[in-house]
Amino acid sequence: MFTQIPQLIIGAADLAAAFLFMYGLQRMSSPATAPSGIMVAGFGMLAAVLASFLYVFSVGAAAQSHLGVNISLAVIALAVGGGGAWWSGRKVAMTAMPQMVALYNGMGGGAAGAIAAVELFGAKTHGPTQLGVTLLGALIGAVSLSGSLVAWAKLQGVIKKPLRVKGQQAINAAVMAATIAVGGCVIAGTLGGASLLLATPTWILLFFAGALVFGVLMTLPIGGADMPVVISIYNSLTGLAVGLEGFVLQNPALMIAGMVVGAAGLLLTLLMAKAMNRSVANVVFTNFGDAPKHAQGAIQGSLRPVEASDAGIAMRYAGKVIIVPGYGLAAAQAQQKLYEFVKLLQAAKVDVKFAVHPVAGRMPGQMDVLLAEAGVPYDLIFQLEDINDDFAAADVALVIGANDVVNPAARTDKSSPIYGMPILNADKAKQVYVVKRGEGKGYAGIQNALFYGDNCNMVYGDAQAVLVKMIEAVRDLGLAAAA
Amino acid sequence: MDLSIAMTGFVALYVFMLAAFAGWVIIGHVPAILHTPLMSGSNFVHGIVVVGGLFALLNASTESEQGIGFFAVLLGAGNAAGGFAVTQRMLAMFQISGHKKPARRRSKAHHHAKA
Repeated sequence: MFTQIPQLIIGAADLAAAFLFMYGLQRMSSPATAPSGIMVAGFGMLAAVLASFLYVFSVGAAAQSHLGVNISLAVIALAVGGGGAWWSGRKVAMTAMPQMVALYNGMGGGAAGAIAAVELFGAKTHGPTQLGVTLLGALIGAVSLSGSLVAWAKLQGVIKKPLRVKGQQAINAAVMAATIAVGGCVIAGTLGGASLLLATPTWILLFFAGALVFGVLMTLPIGGADMPVVISIYNSLTGLAVGLEGFVLQNPALMIAGMVVGAAGLLLTLLMAKAMNRSVANVVFTNFGDAPKHAQGAIQGSLRPVEASDAGIAMRYAGKVIIVPGYGLAAAQAQQKLYEFVKLLQAAKVDVKFAVHPVAGRMPGQMDVLLAEAGVPYDLIFQLEDINDDFAAADVALVIGANDVVNPAARTDKSSPIYGMPILNADKAKQVYVVKRGEGKGYAGIQNALFYGDNCNMVYGDAQAVLVKMIEAVRDLGLAAAA
Repeated sequence: MDLSIAMTGFVALYVFMLAAFAGWVIIGHVPAILHTPLMSGSNFVHGIVVVGGLFALLNASTESEQGIGFFAVLLGAGNAAGGFAVTQRMLAMFQISGHKKPARRRSKAHHHAKA
Protein backbone atom coordinates (compact mmCIF):
# COMPACT_ATOMS: atom_id res chain seq x y z
CA MET A 1 0.00 0.00 0.00
CA PHE A 2 2.60 2.54 1.12
CA THR A 3 4.87 1.62 -1.74
CA GLN A 4 2.24 3.07 -4.05
CA ILE A 5 2.33 6.54 -2.53
CA PRO A 6 5.42 7.81 -4.41
CA GLN A 7 3.97 6.44 -7.62
CA LEU A 8 0.68 8.20 -6.91
CA ILE A 9 2.43 11.53 -6.31
CA ILE A 10 4.52 11.23 -9.48
CA GLY A 11 1.44 10.41 -11.51
CA ALA A 12 -0.52 13.33 -10.06
CA ALA A 13 2.36 15.79 -10.54
CA ASP A 14 2.83 14.75 -14.17
CA LEU A 15 -0.88 15.04 -14.81
CA ALA A 16 -0.92 18.51 -13.24
CA ALA A 17 2.11 19.51 -15.33
CA ALA A 18 0.47 18.40 -18.58
CA PHE A 19 -2.65 20.41 -17.72
CA LEU A 20 -0.74 23.51 -16.59
CA PHE A 21 1.39 23.51 -19.77
CA MET A 22 -1.69 23.59 -21.98
CA TYR A 23 -3.47 26.09 -19.77
CA GLY A 24 -0.36 28.30 -19.71
CA LEU A 25 -0.01 28.21 -23.50
CA GLN A 26 -3.70 28.95 -23.83
CA ARG A 27 -3.21 32.13 -21.76
CA MET A 28 -0.71 33.31 -24.37
CA SER A 29 -3.62 34.26 -26.61
CA SER A 30 -3.30 37.87 -25.36
CA PRO A 31 -0.34 40.00 -24.23
CA ALA A 32 -2.33 40.88 -21.11
CA THR A 33 -2.74 37.31 -19.86
CA ALA A 34 0.47 35.84 -21.30
CA PRO A 35 2.78 36.71 -18.32
CA SER A 36 0.59 34.66 -15.99
CA GLY A 37 0.55 31.86 -18.57
CA ILE A 38 4.28 31.28 -18.41
CA MET A 39 4.19 31.38 -14.58
CA VAL A 40 1.46 28.73 -14.56
CA ALA A 41 3.48 26.53 -16.91
CA GLY A 42 6.54 27.12 -14.73
CA PHE A 43 4.77 25.77 -11.64
CA GLY A 44 3.81 22.68 -13.65
CA MET A 45 7.46 22.11 -14.56
CA LEU A 46 8.61 22.60 -10.97
CA ALA A 47 6.07 20.09 -9.67
CA ALA A 48 7.00 17.48 -12.27
CA VAL A 49 10.76 17.85 -11.66
CA LEU A 50 10.47 17.68 -7.86
CA ALA A 51 8.11 14.71 -8.01
CA SER A 52 10.44 12.79 -10.32
CA PHE A 53 12.91 12.43 -7.42
CA LEU A 54 10.38 9.99 -5.97
CA TYR A 55 11.56 7.55 -8.65
CA VAL A 56 14.23 6.62 -6.07
CA PHE A 57 11.62 4.47 -4.32
CA SER A 58 11.06 2.32 -7.37
CA VAL A 59 14.49 1.89 -8.98
CA GLY A 60 15.49 -1.56 -10.19
CA ALA A 61 17.70 -3.87 -8.14
CA ALA A 62 20.75 -3.18 -10.31
CA ALA A 63 20.56 0.57 -9.66
CA GLN A 64 20.00 0.31 -5.89
CA SER A 65 23.70 0.38 -4.99
CA HIS A 66 24.29 3.43 -7.22
CA LEU A 67 21.42 5.41 -5.83
CA GLY A 68 23.46 7.81 -3.68
CA VAL A 69 25.76 8.69 -6.56
CA ASN A 70 22.87 8.98 -8.99
CA ILE A 71 20.95 11.39 -6.75
CA SER A 72 24.04 13.56 -6.33
CA LEU A 73 24.62 13.55 -10.07
CA ALA A 74 20.99 14.53 -10.67
CA VAL A 75 21.20 17.45 -8.26
CA ILE A 76 24.48 18.65 -9.78
CA ALA A 77 23.13 18.35 -13.34
CA LEU A 78 19.97 20.26 -12.42
CA ALA A 79 21.94 22.98 -10.65
CA VAL A 80 24.60 23.41 -13.34
CA GLY A 81 22.36 23.02 -16.41
CA GLY A 82 19.40 24.87 -14.97
CA GLY A 83 21.45 27.54 -13.20
CA GLY A 84 23.68 28.23 -16.18
CA ALA A 85 20.79 28.51 -18.60
CA TRP A 86 18.79 30.65 -16.16
CA TRP A 87 21.71 33.02 -15.76
CA SER A 88 22.29 33.29 -19.51
CA GLY A 89 18.56 33.72 -20.11
CA ARG A 90 18.31 36.65 -17.70
CA LYS A 91 21.37 38.31 -19.19
CA VAL A 92 21.00 37.82 -22.94
CA ALA A 93 20.26 40.91 -25.06
CA MET A 94 16.84 40.91 -26.71
CA THR A 95 18.49 41.22 -30.11
CA ALA A 96 20.29 37.90 -29.43
CA MET A 97 17.06 36.07 -28.58
CA PRO A 98 16.90 33.96 -31.79
CA GLN A 99 20.25 32.28 -31.16
CA MET A 100 19.42 31.78 -27.47
CA VAL A 101 16.15 30.03 -28.31
CA ALA A 102 17.99 27.91 -30.88
CA LEU A 103 20.50 26.92 -28.19
CA TYR A 104 17.89 25.95 -25.57
CA ASN A 105 16.04 24.06 -28.27
CA GLY A 106 19.16 22.10 -29.20
CA MET A 107 19.60 21.19 -25.54
CA GLY A 108 16.09 19.70 -25.45
CA GLY A 109 16.83 17.67 -28.57
CA GLY A 110 20.10 16.50 -27.06
CA ALA A 111 18.35 15.44 -23.85
CA ALA A 112 15.80 13.41 -25.83
CA GLY A 113 18.66 11.80 -27.79
CA ALA A 114 20.53 11.00 -24.56
CA ILE A 115 17.47 9.32 -23.03
CA ALA A 116 17.19 7.21 -26.17
CA ALA A 117 20.90 6.38 -25.87
CA VAL A 118 20.43 5.08 -22.30
CA GLU A 119 17.58 2.88 -23.51
CA LEU A 120 19.49 1.62 -26.55
CA PHE A 121 22.85 0.93 -24.89
CA GLY A 122 21.12 -0.75 -21.94
CA ALA A 123 18.95 -2.79 -24.34
CA LYS A 124 16.06 -1.79 -22.10
CA THR A 125 13.45 -1.55 -24.80
CA HIS A 126 11.23 -4.46 -25.61
CA GLY A 127 9.70 -5.38 -28.91
CA PRO A 128 10.19 -3.95 -32.38
CA THR A 129 7.64 -1.12 -31.96
CA GLN A 130 9.25 0.35 -28.86
CA LEU A 131 12.70 -0.05 -30.35
CA GLY A 132 11.64 1.61 -33.57
CA VAL A 133 10.09 4.54 -31.70
CA THR A 134 13.23 4.89 -29.56
CA LEU A 135 15.38 5.05 -32.68
CA LEU A 136 13.07 7.53 -34.39
CA GLY A 137 13.12 9.77 -31.31
CA ALA A 138 16.90 9.44 -31.14
CA LEU A 139 17.23 10.35 -34.81
CA ILE A 140 15.00 13.42 -34.56
CA GLY A 141 16.51 14.55 -31.25
CA ALA A 142 20.08 14.26 -32.54
CA VAL A 143 19.26 16.08 -35.80
CA SER A 144 17.60 18.81 -33.75
CA LEU A 145 20.64 19.07 -31.47
CA SER A 146 23.29 19.47 -34.16
CA GLY A 147 20.99 21.47 -36.45
CA SER A 148 20.09 23.91 -33.69
CA LEU A 149 23.75 24.34 -32.79
CA VAL A 150 24.57 25.23 -36.40
CA ALA A 151 21.61 27.64 -36.43
CA TRP A 152 22.99 29.17 -33.22
CA ALA A 153 26.44 29.53 -34.78
CA LYS A 154 24.97 31.25 -37.83
CA LEU A 155 22.82 33.65 -35.82
CA GLN A 156 25.69 34.39 -33.45
CA GLY A 157 27.91 35.16 -36.43
CA VAL A 158 30.33 32.30 -35.72
CA ILE A 159 29.50 30.89 -39.16
CA LYS A 160 29.28 33.86 -41.47
CA LYS A 161 28.26 32.52 -44.88
CA PRO A 162 25.85 29.79 -45.91
CA LEU A 163 28.05 26.84 -46.88
CA ARG A 164 26.94 25.35 -50.17
CA VAL A 165 28.51 22.62 -52.25
CA LYS A 166 27.40 20.96 -55.46
CA GLY A 167 25.19 17.93 -54.99
CA GLN A 168 24.47 18.86 -51.41
CA GLN A 169 21.03 17.32 -51.49
CA ALA A 170 22.36 14.04 -52.84
CA ILE A 171 24.92 13.97 -50.02
CA ASN A 172 22.25 14.74 -47.42
CA ALA A 173 19.97 12.03 -48.79
CA ALA A 174 22.84 9.53 -48.74
CA VAL A 175 23.70 10.38 -45.12
CA MET A 176 20.06 9.98 -44.11
CA ALA A 177 19.71 6.67 -45.95
CA ALA A 178 22.90 5.36 -44.38
CA THR A 179 21.72 6.44 -40.92
CA ILE A 180 18.41 4.65 -41.38
CA ALA A 181 20.25 1.53 -42.61
CA VAL A 182 22.45 1.64 -39.50
CA GLY A 183 19.27 1.95 -37.46
CA GLY A 184 18.10 -1.28 -39.10
CA CYS A 185 21.33 -2.98 -37.95
CA VAL A 186 20.71 -1.68 -34.40
CA ILE A 187 17.24 -3.26 -34.45
CA ALA A 188 18.53 -6.52 -35.85
CA GLY A 189 21.37 -6.64 -33.33
CA THR A 190 19.17 -5.80 -30.34
CA LEU A 191 16.27 -8.09 -31.19
CA GLY A 192 18.13 -10.99 -32.78
CA GLY A 193 21.09 -10.87 -30.44
CA ALA A 194 23.31 -11.61 -33.41
CA SER A 195 25.80 -8.93 -34.33
CA LEU A 196 26.06 -7.95 -37.95
CA LEU A 197 29.69 -7.15 -38.77
CA LEU A 198 30.01 -4.82 -35.81
CA ALA A 199 28.90 -5.07 -32.19
CA THR A 200 25.51 -3.49 -31.49
CA PRO A 201 26.90 -0.61 -29.35
CA THR A 202 29.13 0.37 -32.26
CA TRP A 203 26.13 0.45 -34.56
CA ILE A 204 24.32 2.64 -32.03
CA LEU A 205 27.25 5.06 -31.98
CA LEU A 206 27.31 5.13 -35.78
CA PHE A 207 23.57 5.80 -35.76
CA PHE A 208 23.96 8.85 -33.54
CA ALA A 209 26.96 10.06 -35.54
CA GLY A 210 24.96 9.83 -38.77
CA ALA A 211 22.02 11.73 -37.29
CA LEU A 212 24.27 14.48 -35.92
CA VAL A 213 26.10 14.86 -39.24
CA PHE A 214 22.77 15.07 -41.06
CA GLY A 215 21.58 17.89 -38.81
CA VAL A 216 24.75 19.86 -39.55
CA LEU A 217 24.60 19.26 -43.32
CA MET A 218 20.94 20.16 -43.50
CA THR A 219 21.37 23.50 -41.72
CA LEU A 220 24.67 24.74 -43.17
CA PRO A 221 23.31 25.86 -46.57
CA ILE A 222 20.35 27.81 -45.15
CA GLY A 223 20.69 31.59 -45.19
CA GLY A 224 20.12 34.07 -42.37
CA ALA A 225 16.74 35.43 -43.45
CA ASP A 226 15.31 31.90 -43.59
CA MET A 227 16.11 31.40 -39.91
CA PRO A 228 12.51 32.03 -38.71
CA VAL A 229 11.48 28.89 -40.56
CA VAL A 230 14.50 26.87 -39.45
CA ILE A 231 14.05 27.71 -35.76
CA SER A 232 10.38 26.78 -35.99
CA ILE A 233 11.22 23.46 -37.61
CA TYR A 234 13.75 22.50 -34.95
CA ASN A 235 11.37 23.55 -32.18
CA SER A 236 8.79 21.26 -33.70
CA LEU A 237 11.29 18.41 -34.14
CA THR A 238 12.50 18.60 -30.54
CA GLY A 239 8.89 18.45 -29.36
CA LEU A 240 8.34 15.38 -31.51
CA ALA A 241 11.49 13.68 -30.17
CA VAL A 242 10.44 14.40 -26.57
CA GLY A 243 6.98 12.99 -27.27
CA LEU A 244 8.41 9.81 -28.77
CA GLU A 245 10.83 9.25 -25.88
CA GLY A 246 7.86 9.87 -23.55
CA PHE A 247 6.18 6.89 -25.21
CA VAL A 248 9.30 4.79 -24.70
CA LEU A 249 9.45 5.73 -20.99
CA GLN A 250 5.67 5.34 -20.72
CA ASN A 251 5.39 8.89 -19.40
CA PRO A 252 2.22 10.59 -20.67
CA ALA A 253 3.35 14.06 -19.51
CA LEU A 254 6.30 13.88 -21.92
CA MET A 255 4.09 12.47 -24.66
CA ILE A 256 1.52 15.25 -24.33
CA ALA A 257 3.93 18.15 -23.83
CA GLY A 258 6.14 16.94 -26.68
CA MET A 259 3.31 16.47 -29.11
CA VAL A 260 1.68 19.83 -28.23
CA VAL A 261 4.98 21.56 -29.03
CA GLY A 262 5.46 19.44 -32.13
CA ALA A 263 2.10 20.56 -33.50
CA ALA A 264 2.67 24.16 -32.41
CA GLY A 265 6.05 24.27 -34.14
CA LEU A 266 4.55 22.81 -37.29
CA LEU A 267 1.83 25.48 -37.33
CA LEU A 268 4.37 28.28 -36.88
CA THR A 269 6.60 26.78 -39.56
CA LEU A 270 3.74 26.77 -42.05
CA LEU A 271 2.77 30.34 -41.10
CA MET A 272 6.33 31.55 -41.71
CA ALA A 273 6.60 29.74 -45.00
CA LYS A 274 3.28 31.21 -46.08
CA ALA A 275 4.48 34.70 -45.15
CA MET A 276 7.33 34.19 -47.62
CA ASN A 277 5.09 32.56 -50.22
CA ARG A 278 7.39 29.55 -50.27
CA SER A 279 6.92 25.95 -49.28
CA VAL A 280 8.79 24.57 -46.29
CA ALA A 281 10.62 22.21 -48.64
CA ASN A 282 11.66 25.20 -50.73
CA VAL A 283 13.19 26.89 -47.68
CA VAL A 284 15.06 23.81 -46.54
CA PHE A 285 16.16 22.33 -49.85
CA THR A 286 16.80 25.22 -52.22
CA ASN A 287 19.57 27.72 -51.98
CA PHE A 288 17.57 30.89 -52.02
CA GLY A 289 19.31 33.85 -53.57
CA ASP A 290 21.60 31.52 -55.47
CA ALA A 291 19.02 31.09 -58.19
CA PRO A 292 20.29 31.90 -61.65
CA LYS A 293 20.10 35.64 -62.03
CA HIS A 294 17.26 36.50 -64.30
CA ALA A 295 17.45 39.57 -66.44
CA GLN A 296 16.13 42.21 -64.10
CA GLY A 297 14.39 44.92 -66.01
CA ALA A 298 16.31 48.11 -65.43
CA ILE A 299 14.40 50.06 -62.82
CA GLN A 300 13.44 53.54 -63.92
CA GLY A 301 14.40 56.53 -61.81
CA SER A 302 17.27 57.17 -59.46
CA LEU A 303 18.04 56.94 -55.76
CA ARG A 304 17.51 60.21 -53.92
CA PRO A 305 19.61 60.58 -50.77
CA VAL A 306 18.46 63.04 -48.11
CA GLU A 307 19.87 64.20 -44.78
CA ALA A 308 18.63 62.46 -41.63
CA SER A 309 17.77 65.82 -40.04
CA ASP A 310 15.56 66.79 -43.02
CA ALA A 311 13.78 63.45 -42.85
CA GLY A 312 13.20 63.90 -39.11
CA ILE A 313 11.74 67.37 -39.58
CA ALA A 314 9.48 66.16 -42.42
CA MET A 315 8.03 63.54 -40.12
CA ARG A 316 7.59 66.10 -37.32
CA TYR A 317 5.20 68.01 -39.60
CA ALA A 318 3.41 64.93 -40.95
CA GLY A 319 -0.04 63.92 -39.75
CA LYS A 320 0.29 60.18 -39.98
CA VAL A 321 3.52 58.11 -39.91
CA ILE A 322 3.84 54.33 -40.24
CA ILE A 323 7.16 52.77 -39.29
CA VAL A 324 8.35 49.50 -40.85
CA PRO A 325 11.15 47.94 -38.77
CA GLY A 326 13.39 45.18 -40.11
CA TYR A 327 16.43 43.16 -39.13
CA GLY A 328 18.67 46.20 -39.69
CA LEU A 329 17.03 47.84 -36.66
CA ALA A 330 17.98 44.86 -34.51
CA ALA A 331 21.49 44.69 -35.96
CA ALA A 332 22.03 48.36 -35.11
CA GLN A 333 20.44 47.94 -31.63
CA ALA A 334 18.45 51.06 -32.46
CA GLN A 335 15.06 50.13 -30.99
CA GLN A 336 15.41 52.46 -27.96
CA LYS A 337 16.41 55.43 -30.12
CA LEU A 338 13.52 54.70 -32.44
CA TYR A 339 10.98 54.92 -29.65
CA GLU A 340 12.64 58.08 -28.33
CA PHE A 341 12.10 59.61 -31.77
CA VAL A 342 8.52 58.31 -31.89
CA LYS A 343 7.75 59.91 -28.52
CA LEU A 344 8.93 63.27 -29.87
CA LEU A 345 6.62 62.85 -32.86
CA GLN A 346 3.72 61.89 -30.61
CA ALA A 347 4.36 64.96 -28.46
CA ALA A 348 3.92 66.98 -31.67
CA LYS A 349 0.55 65.28 -32.24
CA VAL A 350 1.78 63.03 -35.04
CA ASP A 351 -0.14 59.75 -35.33
CA VAL A 352 2.53 57.01 -35.28
CA LYS A 353 1.99 53.29 -35.86
CA PHE A 354 4.33 50.35 -36.35
CA ALA A 355 3.83 47.81 -39.13
CA VAL A 356 5.47 44.43 -38.60
CA HIS A 357 5.94 41.82 -41.31
CA PRO A 358 5.64 38.17 -40.16
CA VAL A 359 9.17 37.29 -41.26
CA ALA A 360 10.92 40.53 -40.30
CA GLY A 361 13.94 39.63 -38.17
CA ARG A 362 15.53 36.31 -37.47
CA MET A 363 12.67 34.57 -35.70
CA PRO A 364 8.88 34.90 -35.82
CA GLY A 365 7.79 38.03 -33.97
CA GLN A 366 11.31 39.26 -33.19
CA MET A 367 10.47 42.86 -34.12
CA ASP A 368 7.48 42.86 -31.74
CA VAL A 369 9.74 41.85 -28.85
CA LEU A 370 12.34 44.50 -29.68
CA LEU A 371 9.69 47.22 -29.85
CA ALA A 372 8.18 45.99 -26.57
CA GLU A 373 11.65 46.08 -25.02
CA ALA A 374 12.05 49.71 -26.05
CA GLY A 375 8.74 50.44 -24.33
CA VAL A 376 6.47 50.74 -27.38
CA PRO A 377 2.92 49.91 -26.21
CA TYR A 378 1.59 46.89 -28.07
CA ASP A 379 -1.55 48.69 -29.19
CA LEU A 380 0.68 50.74 -31.54
CA ILE A 381 2.11 47.61 -33.18
CA PHE A 382 0.15 46.23 -36.12
CA GLN A 383 0.55 43.09 -38.19
CA LEU A 384 0.61 43.06 -41.98
CA GLU A 385 -3.03 42.23 -42.65
CA ASP A 386 -4.28 44.79 -40.10
CA ILE A 387 -2.35 47.80 -41.35
CA ASN A 388 -1.66 47.31 -45.04
CA ASP A 389 -4.68 49.35 -46.11
CA ASP A 390 -3.56 52.28 -43.92
CA PHE A 391 -0.42 53.03 -45.94
CA ALA A 392 -2.41 54.78 -48.68
CA ALA A 393 -3.63 57.29 -46.09
CA ALA A 394 -0.22 57.76 -44.44
CA ASP A 395 1.86 60.88 -45.01
CA VAL A 396 5.12 59.08 -44.33
CA ALA A 397 6.27 55.46 -44.32
CA LEU A 398 9.58 55.16 -42.45
CA VAL A 399 11.38 51.94 -43.42
CA ILE A 400 14.22 51.07 -41.03
CA GLY A 401 16.48 48.16 -41.87
CA ALA A 402 13.84 46.34 -43.87
CA ASN A 403 14.16 45.60 -47.57
CA ASP A 404 12.59 42.56 -49.21
CA VAL A 405 9.39 42.79 -47.13
CA VAL A 406 8.60 46.17 -48.74
CA ASN A 407 9.69 45.34 -52.30
CA PRO A 408 6.81 46.02 -54.71
CA ALA A 409 8.35 43.55 -57.15
CA ALA A 410 6.63 40.87 -55.04
CA ARG A 411 3.33 42.23 -56.37
CA THR A 412 4.20 42.85 -59.99
CA ASP A 413 7.37 41.12 -61.23
CA LYS A 414 6.55 37.49 -62.03
CA SER A 415 10.23 36.70 -62.64
CA SER A 416 11.27 37.92 -59.20
CA PRO A 417 12.27 35.27 -56.64
CA ILE A 418 9.99 36.93 -54.10
CA TYR A 419 7.00 37.19 -56.45
CA GLY A 420 3.78 36.44 -54.58
CA MET A 421 5.19 37.11 -51.12
CA PRO A 422 2.79 39.30 -49.13
CA ILE A 423 4.54 42.64 -48.56
CA LEU A 424 3.90 45.79 -46.58
CA ASN A 425 2.56 48.47 -48.94
CA ALA A 426 5.05 51.14 -47.85
CA ASP A 427 5.24 52.40 -51.45
CA LYS A 428 1.62 53.57 -51.21
CA ALA A 429 2.44 56.24 -48.64
CA LYS A 430 2.77 59.85 -49.81
CA GLN A 431 6.43 60.00 -48.81
CA VAL A 432 8.76 57.11 -48.03
CA TYR A 433 11.97 57.43 -46.02
CA VAL A 434 14.28 54.42 -46.10
CA VAL A 435 17.02 54.16 -43.49
CA LYS A 436 19.69 51.89 -44.89
CA ARG A 437 23.37 51.26 -44.28
CA GLY A 438 24.32 51.57 -47.94
CA GLU A 439 23.18 50.92 -51.46
CA GLY A 440 23.44 47.13 -51.11
CA LYS A 441 20.68 44.78 -52.14
CA GLY A 442 18.45 42.88 -49.74
CA TYR A 443 18.93 39.31 -48.63
CA ALA A 444 17.28 38.02 -51.75
CA GLY A 445 19.83 39.92 -53.82
CA ILE A 446 17.20 41.80 -55.77
CA GLN A 447 16.89 45.48 -56.52
CA ASN A 448 14.09 47.16 -54.65
CA ALA A 449 11.81 49.18 -56.91
CA LEU A 450 10.49 51.02 -53.84
CA PHE A 451 13.80 52.85 -53.47
CA TYR A 452 13.56 54.23 -57.01
CA GLY A 453 10.02 55.54 -56.62
CA ASP A 454 9.25 59.25 -57.02
CA ASN A 455 8.04 59.39 -53.41
CA CYS A 456 11.09 57.69 -51.93
CA ASN A 457 14.02 59.26 -50.08
CA MET A 458 17.09 57.36 -48.95
CA VAL A 459 18.69 58.13 -45.59
CA TYR A 460 22.06 56.36 -45.57
CA GLY A 461 23.77 55.39 -42.36
CA ASP A 462 23.65 53.14 -39.32
CA ALA A 463 20.08 53.13 -37.98
CA GLN A 464 21.21 54.22 -34.52
CA ALA A 465 23.28 57.18 -35.81
CA VAL A 466 20.50 58.24 -38.19
CA LEU A 467 17.91 58.22 -35.42
CA VAL A 468 20.16 60.29 -33.15
CA LYS A 469 20.36 62.92 -35.89
CA MET A 470 16.59 62.85 -36.42
CA ILE A 471 15.99 63.26 -32.68
CA GLU A 472 18.40 66.22 -32.51
CA ALA A 473 16.78 67.90 -35.49
CA VAL A 474 13.26 67.63 -34.05
CA ARG A 475 14.46 68.75 -30.57
CA ASP A 476 16.25 71.81 -32.02
CA LEU A 477 13.04 72.67 -33.82
CA GLY A 478 11.14 72.61 -30.54
CA LEU A 479 13.81 74.77 -28.86
CA ALA A 480 13.77 77.29 -31.73
CA ALA A 481 9.98 77.53 -31.48
CA ALA A 482 10.17 78.09 -27.72
CA ALA A 483 12.85 80.80 -28.02
CA MET B 1 -5.73 0.84 -6.68
CA ASP B 2 -3.84 0.22 -9.86
CA LEU B 3 -1.62 3.16 -10.65
CA SER B 4 0.29 1.72 -13.56
CA ILE B 5 0.03 3.49 -16.88
CA ALA B 6 -0.05 1.44 -20.03
CA MET B 7 0.38 3.53 -23.15
CA THR B 8 0.69 0.99 -25.86
CA GLY B 9 -0.57 0.64 -29.38
CA PHE B 10 -3.66 2.62 -30.13
CA VAL B 11 -3.88 4.23 -26.68
CA ALA B 12 -0.56 5.95 -27.38
CA LEU B 13 -1.72 7.01 -30.83
CA TYR B 14 -4.91 8.49 -29.36
CA VAL B 15 -2.87 10.46 -26.82
CA PHE B 16 -0.56 11.73 -29.55
CA MET B 17 -3.44 12.67 -31.79
CA LEU B 18 -5.38 14.54 -29.13
CA ALA B 19 -2.28 16.35 -27.87
CA ALA B 20 -1.29 17.40 -31.38
CA PHE B 21 -4.78 18.64 -32.06
CA ALA B 22 -4.91 20.57 -28.78
CA GLY B 23 -1.51 22.12 -29.53
CA TRP B 24 -2.58 23.14 -33.02
CA VAL B 25 -5.80 24.78 -31.78
CA ILE B 26 -4.24 26.50 -28.75
CA ILE B 27 -1.32 27.90 -30.74
CA GLY B 28 -3.63 28.98 -33.56
CA HIS B 29 -5.16 31.48 -31.14
CA VAL B 30 -1.88 33.16 -30.25
CA PRO B 31 -1.54 36.56 -31.99
CA ALA B 32 1.47 37.12 -34.26
CA ILE B 33 2.80 39.82 -31.93
CA LEU B 34 3.55 37.09 -29.35
CA HIS B 35 5.19 34.62 -31.73
CA THR B 36 8.67 34.96 -30.26
CA PRO B 37 7.60 34.41 -26.63
CA LEU B 38 5.31 31.67 -27.89
CA MET B 39 8.25 29.94 -29.50
CA SER B 40 10.46 30.25 -26.44
CA GLY B 41 7.49 29.27 -24.26
CA SER B 42 6.77 26.11 -26.22
CA ASN B 43 10.52 25.55 -26.18
CA PHE B 44 10.28 25.69 -22.38
CA VAL B 45 7.40 23.19 -22.42
CA HIS B 46 9.45 20.51 -24.16
CA GLY B 47 11.99 21.06 -21.39
CA ILE B 48 9.82 18.51 -19.54
CA VAL B 49 12.26 16.08 -21.14
CA VAL B 50 14.35 16.70 -18.01
CA VAL B 51 11.91 14.43 -16.15
CA GLY B 52 12.74 11.60 -18.55
CA GLY B 53 16.41 12.36 -18.01
CA LEU B 54 15.96 12.15 -14.23
CA PHE B 55 14.21 8.79 -14.62
CA ALA B 56 17.09 7.49 -16.74
CA LEU B 57 19.77 8.84 -14.41
CA LEU B 58 18.19 7.59 -11.18
CA ASN B 59 17.82 4.14 -12.71
CA ALA B 60 21.38 4.09 -14.05
CA SER B 61 23.41 1.04 -13.03
CA THR B 62 26.58 1.43 -15.10
CA GLU B 63 29.05 4.25 -15.49
CA SER B 64 28.09 4.89 -19.11
CA GLU B 65 24.42 5.08 -18.13
CA GLN B 66 25.29 7.51 -15.37
CA GLY B 67 27.30 9.61 -17.81
CA ILE B 68 24.61 9.74 -20.49
CA GLY B 69 21.88 10.23 -17.91
CA PHE B 70 23.80 13.12 -16.37
CA PHE B 71 24.13 14.64 -19.85
CA ALA B 72 20.37 14.24 -20.40
CA VAL B 73 19.46 15.98 -17.12
CA LEU B 74 22.04 18.72 -17.71
CA LEU B 75 20.65 19.54 -21.17
CA GLY B 76 17.02 19.08 -20.20
CA ALA B 77 17.40 21.37 -17.18
CA GLY B 78 19.09 23.95 -19.41
CA ASN B 79 16.23 23.75 -21.89
CA ALA B 80 13.59 24.20 -19.18
CA ALA B 81 15.28 26.90 -17.09
CA GLY B 82 16.54 28.91 -20.05
CA GLY B 83 13.25 28.71 -21.90
CA PHE B 84 11.38 29.90 -18.83
CA ALA B 85 13.79 32.76 -18.07
CA VAL B 86 13.69 34.31 -21.54
CA THR B 87 9.94 33.85 -22.01
CA GLN B 88 9.13 35.44 -18.68
CA ARG B 89 11.48 38.35 -19.43
CA MET B 90 9.97 39.00 -22.85
CA LEU B 91 6.35 38.79 -21.74
CA ALA B 92 6.95 41.28 -18.93
CA MET B 93 7.92 43.84 -21.58
CA PHE B 94 4.61 43.92 -23.42
CA GLN B 95 2.65 46.92 -22.21
CA ILE B 96 -0.39 48.77 -23.44
CA SER B 97 -0.49 52.57 -23.95
CA GLY B 98 -0.19 54.52 -20.70
CA HIS B 99 1.40 51.49 -18.97
CA LYS B 100 -2.02 50.54 -17.63
CA LYS B 101 -1.47 46.93 -16.77
CA PRO B 102 -4.37 45.10 -15.10
CA ALA B 103 -4.34 46.40 -11.52
CA ARG B 104 -3.77 43.09 -9.81
CA ARG B 105 -0.61 42.45 -11.75
CA ARG B 106 0.81 45.93 -11.79
CA SER B 107 3.25 45.68 -8.90
CA LYS B 108 4.64 42.40 -10.18
CA ALA B 109 5.05 43.56 -13.77
CA HIS B 110 6.73 46.69 -12.50
CA HIS B 111 9.11 44.60 -10.45
CA HIS B 112 10.04 42.41 -13.42
CA ALA B 113 10.56 45.36 -15.66
CA LYS B 114 13.15 46.67 -13.22
CA ALA B 115 14.89 43.33 -12.69
